[in-house]
Amino acid sequence: MDRTARAVLLSELVAGLALTFRYMFKPSVTLNYPYEKGPISPRFRGEHALRRYPNGEERCIACKLCEAICPAQAITIEAEPRADGSRRTTRYDIDMVKCIYCGYCQEACPVDAIVEGPNFEFSTETREELLYDKEKLLANGDRWESELAANLTAEAPYR
Amino acid sequence: MAELWAGWIWPTAWIVIQILAIVLPLLLAVAYLTLAERKVIAAMHLRKGPNVVGPFGLLQPMADGLKLFLKETIIPTGANRGVFVIAPMITFILALVAWAVIPFGRHGDGSPMVLADINVGILYLFAISSLGVYGIIMAGWASNSKYAFLGAIRSAAQMVSYEVSIGFVIVTVLLCVGSLNLSDIVEAQAGSWGLFNWFVFPLLPMAVIFFVSGLAETNRHPFDLPEAEAELVSGYNVEYSAMTFALFFLGEYANMILMSGMTSVLFLGGWLPPFNVAPFTWIPGPVWFALKIAACLFVFLWVRATFPRYRYDQLMRLGWKVFLPVSLAAVAVVAGALLAFGWMPARAG
Repeated sequence: MDRTARAVLLSELVAGLALTFRYMFKPSVTLNYPYEKGPISPRFRGEHALRRYPNGEERCIACKLCEAICPAQAITIEAEPRADGSRRTTRYDIDMVKCIYCGYCQEACPVDAIVEGPNFEFSTETREELLYDKEKLLANGDRWESELAANLTAEAPYR
Repeated sequence: MAELWAGWIWPTAWIVIQILAIVLPLLLAVAYLTLAERKVIAAMHLRKGPNVVGPFGLLQPMADGLKLFLKETIIPTGANRGVFVIAPMITFILALVAWAVIPFGRHGDGSPMVLADINVGILYLFAISSLGVYGIIMAGWASNSKYAFLGAIRSAAQMVSYEVSIGFVIVTVLLCVGSLNLSDIVEAQAGSWGLFNWFVFPLLPMAVIFFVSGLAETNRHPFDLPEAEAELVSGYNVEYSAMTFALFFLGEYANMILMSGMTSVLFLGGWLPPFNVAPFTWIPGPVWFALKIAACLFVFLWVRATFPRYRYDQLMRLGWKVFLPVSLAAVAVVAGALLAFGWMPARAG
């Protein structure tokens, strides 16, 4: 009897309509993406960068731990001793198409040279542009250094 | 020569002007209905909806229309070319042609503001809306695609089922009016009580049945099985692209507006103001009519944002085992009440 009355009076339907009507007047939660962006964690794993020491010397010592740990085998490194006897890379390539953004490279790095930064807007029009070389990675490092350093400091207690 | 001008050319030109005066605002309304739909549903989803093209996204319908207009019309190899191209035209033309008998208001001299003031207006509307199924069936058949065909079959079965109860609901209204003329139907709802004279109140269950059947008739949510994206991709119009698709789209939305117009005429007092007092009576009839149509259309969108899609057997059960007996019983009850209490309308005699 009760069930019949509810069915005939469409009470569930009216309740549903009332709910959507109430929601219509709530403020929308949309972020106007290119103009507004959501917060990003310091642990965010975005575009890669090779960092330098404050004196301008590149950090990477060509230990190839990142190349070894990379599960997607996206990193290729070649190295030889430099004129001053220090060990440095001659080639450091990351295939950003192969990369799965797992962050193992930055975990493996003993000198915090290779890191994944907060930038996620690096789409390109051709595939070739996503095959990053050492020059590009170092440029990324220079460009994002302040954010990268802040993120590393924020994460330091947990590492 | 003068007789030719006075007898033929001016009357023809006058009719063409009247047709344009109806069709152009209608097409504009269709365009902005698509925007309103996206905006209303977005608001109910706590989203913003289109807001990039023009201020508040107001140019979005133009951009969509231009896109469809500039795209290539693809005719599938296996399709029956003639029928394939004619089907969207039929859908579109039928959606427009029905507006010939809808009364928008009353001129100063008392004659109704309508293109064709025919005495069987409601039957004409009923016939035209029944013909709408041909466009869909032809589209599904000519596409030579199983999804399109299944969509068309579903659509045909659904429209035929719900037309039966729509017919009976219209009969109950006609019993209370005593005329098939749409202007008479509106006039019968005039009275000193304003909106309480409208048929929504005495015939509330019928109005609800009519509106729900209207949702099914226009293949709208929650009865949009013909284009159930999940299983039929897009139903009868999968194979259509560009302008042919646009015609289906326009026709579908024009049908929604038409169904809202019919609901307004039959149950919401057409062009009549809700209260017979000064500030309300100053607003002209067509404006009231447009407002009522807009209110009905809002309910269409509101329902779409609220309810999930019916299962096919539930749809058929609702049509044949609930609406049909109820509306049939209502015809008997209304007719009996009119006869028993001597409320038969004067014109019926």
